Amino acid sequence: METLLTAFQLPDLESRFQARIDAEDKIEPKDWMPEEYRKTLIRQISQHAHSEVVGMLPEGNWVTRAPSLKRKAVLLAKIQDEAGHGLYLYSACETLGVSRDQLIDELHSGKAKYSSIFNYPTLNWADIGAIGWLVDGAAIMNQIPLCRASFGPYSRAMIRVCKEESFHQRQGYEIMLTLSKGSKEQKAMAQDALNRWWWPSLMMFGPSDQDSKHSAQSMKWKIKRFSNDELRQRFVDMTVPQAELIGLKVPDDQLKWNEERRSYDFGEIPWDEFWNVVNGNGPCNKKRLADRVNAHNEGKWVREAAEAFAKKQAQRTDSKLKSN
Amino acid sequence: MWPLFEIFIRAKNGLDHKHVGSLHAADAQMAIENARDVYTRRLEGVSIWVVESKHITASDPKDADPFFKPAEDKIYRHPTFYDLPDEVKHM
Repeated sequence: METLLTAFQLPDLESRFQARIDAEDKIEPKDWMPEEYRKTLIRQISQHAHSEVVGMLPEGNWVTRAPSLKRKAVLLAKIQDEAGHGLYLYSACETLGVSRDQLIDELHSGKAKYSSIFNYPTLNWADIGAIGWLVDGAAIMNQIPLCRASFGPYSRAMIRVCKEESFHQRQGYEIMLTLSKGSKEQKAMAQDALNRWWWPSLMMFGPSDQDSKHSAQSMKWKIKRFSNDELRQRFVDMTVPQAELIGLKVPDDQLKWNEERRSYDFGEIPWDEFWNVVNGNGPCNKKRLADRVNAHNEGKWVREAAEAFAKKQAQRTDSKLKSN
Repeated sequence: MWPLFEIFIRAKNGLDHKHVGSLHAADAQMAIENARDVYTRRLEGVSIWVVESKHITASDPKDADPFFKPAEDKIYRHPTFYDLPDEVKHM
């Protein structure tokens, strides 16, 4: 179809497309869309799906060592949610004409990115609390505006994700709350986890607005609704009082309430570290990818067996129908 | 790759099954079991339908205008089209 479009039709289609976006109409998979819109969505949704899947790894590290059966059940439920979120997003992505195998290949070959936050290690139990509170908190901040993204399947997937995500953040904060009311050592664990996860969490919102190469177009297409810096500021404003409430100190000497802006001023984000991790040199990049590839390869015989079984069942049903 | 299935869930008895998303599975039985794990972890459903995506035939969005527009000027199909005196009750 694309090849039949003349040079006269294309600008017309594009302006009609933009008019629909401006009118807050949702775009569905079979509707005409600019190739760049499709590519941008495939990149963003697949990165998002990969992040959900890789995000299970740092948490999986603590399943067998959770401090109680209750905490273990909760952690398992949360990890299972992440798998589900990955699936909603992969499905949304596939409606754009890309196959699941292709998406998985791109993750495993290192071509596709996932959120850098998951390239940090989970060193103690409090890290599970910090991840739920800060990492899921930052994710929610990013995801709520995505519920209104212009692409229907993405928006519907995000609505589903957001409904489930709030339990993740609350359980994380509750872990931090419990530790902060515990022994001196337990409180120190919570503070240590906050110290290590604070800056990487702020980096989750992506580069500063002036360095964000895809932002302007994504805003025009209403995939994105707020800039990286706006969302980061909101996250800081929301989170600092939560830290204070449980007696923890945000590790930023320049953090200060600005009465005029009705917001917190905060220190410079260590962008060198950010780019270093994005470019593959974070503490766990290699391990995460290797674990992911391993899990996929080790599951190969299960996928093949299920397929063989399904084929055999179908044949049996066929021959039964014939003999009747 | 396993085929793609579309998943429909009845939230509670008395309601329609509603499309909730899709997933890959080796066969329909597995699609139902996986749909249970993916889409009803919080009691979102009492019944699941699955259908292989390739069996769904959809209207073409390019023809949406001529296809649906004919209903637009038939406002006499709505009860509000008819002007009746206020005294008429139960109608």
